[in-house]
Amino acid sequence: MTWILANLGLLGERLLAHLGQALPPIVLAFVLAIPIAKLANSRGWLRGGLTAGAGLLYAVPSLPLFIVLPIVLGTGIRSSVNIIVALTIYGLALMVPSASEALRSVSGSTLQSATAQGYAPFARFWSVELPLAGPALVAGLRVVAVSTVSLVTVGGVLGVPSLGMLFVDGFQRNITAEILSGIVLTAALAVALDLLIVLGGRLLLPWAHSRTGGGR
Amino acid sequence: MSQLLEAFAWIGDPTRWSGPGGIPVRLAEHLWYTALGVAIAALIAVPVGLYVGHSHRARGLTVAISGAARALPTLGLVTLFGLWFGIGLTAPILAFVVLAIPSLLAGAYSACESVDPDTVDAARAQGMTEWQILTRVEVPLGMPLLISGLRLAVVQVVATVMLASYIGNGGLGRFIFLGLNLQDYPQMLGGSILVVALALVLDVLLRLLERGISPRGAARV
Repeated sequence: MTWILANLGLLGERLLAHLGQALPPIVLAFVLAIPIAKLANSRGWLRGGLTAGAGLLYAVPSLPLFIVLPIVLGTGIRSSVNIIVALTIYGLALMVPSASEALRSVSGSTLQSATAQGYAPFARFWSVELPLAGPALVAGLRVVAVSTVSLVTVGGVLGVPSLGMLFVDGFQRNITAEILSGIVLTAALAVALDLLIVLGGRLLLPWAHSRTGGGR
Repeated sequence: MSQLLEAFAWIGDPTRWSGPGGIPVRLAEHLWYTALGVAIAALIAVPVGLYVGHSHRARGLTVAISGAARALPTLGLVTLFGLWFGIGLTAPILAFVVLAIPSLLAGAYSACESVDPDTVDAARAQGMTEWQILTRVEVPLGMPLLISGLRLAVVQVVATVMLASYIGNGGLGRFIFLGLNLQDYPQMLGGSILVVALALVLDVLLRLLERGISPRGAARV
């Protein structure tokens, strides 16, 4: 407890750095997954391939990806850019199949009625298809957010500052409180983002939550 | 890209393939830790998951546990147990078990739940006991989901075994952390490639098992 009180500044700093590495991948994965899923749904072979590829990609542990990416990106091994890019790829591996399912769940006859009512293709996508797929998209985003927040910590072993550094430092200096506060803050951050997404989903899609409780 | 070639040259170097710190020894350690962690976790999680799935009791709690566990940082658990239990197998194995349980639990209860309730009722009407319903109807029909849970647990533990090398355990992660300390990038990269290859091979093998084991009409993942 005394360690925590004496190091509140450090904890805040690590938390902010953590958020800085977790938020971009979550947002990027969500925004990029929707057009990719839309494209994949229009071509059967692409959908099968992407789903299989995403499943395999998710089996790849994160640390090796953090180590390989600097070669491709030309960044240093301790750069947070590696973490952001790697976690965007993981986020896509989770989000693309889930977005593809979400968009497919919108009934074809609903879309046809929209077309019959005079919706142009993009307007139909934006104001009919996307809102109807919304609840399932939100459920996918929640999984991406929680998993991303937890994976950011792995960068700590490479020396990338985040809540993960508390584990590394606490282990090396034998401070249990430091590791525990890292675990609690990581879990709390994940829960907080999850709640924000749920709340955001209810505000943006007020018609949805009565039918689909909670998601996953 | 030359760094990638150096990494493959590092893997291909014959001196890496023998001796106490060689690739075969580290690979065997990695597989052994993974098998041990997943087996202990399965002994706990599969019976509980099957019970929850069959009886429909405590479902909300089980879903909450497997969901909450996703938010637990793997590295935090590994280092915490490392400090508490010191050097040896207790700390990492405990971390592997804790991290493998959620996937196995989810696999086991969704395996039972995936079976059509009419099928279960039909089995009951034919005079099967609850135990027979579980072992002869629900488990065989839900087997693909059970194996899918096993696959996710294995993938998770393979990654965690790699991180456990950080606190001084064997396994392929040794090369990564040794390379990191020595600033020996080819070794780090070589170790990374080996871990990725192992994870992918195990993932594909278990996917094949999942496919091969599903009886006609069983739930598909």
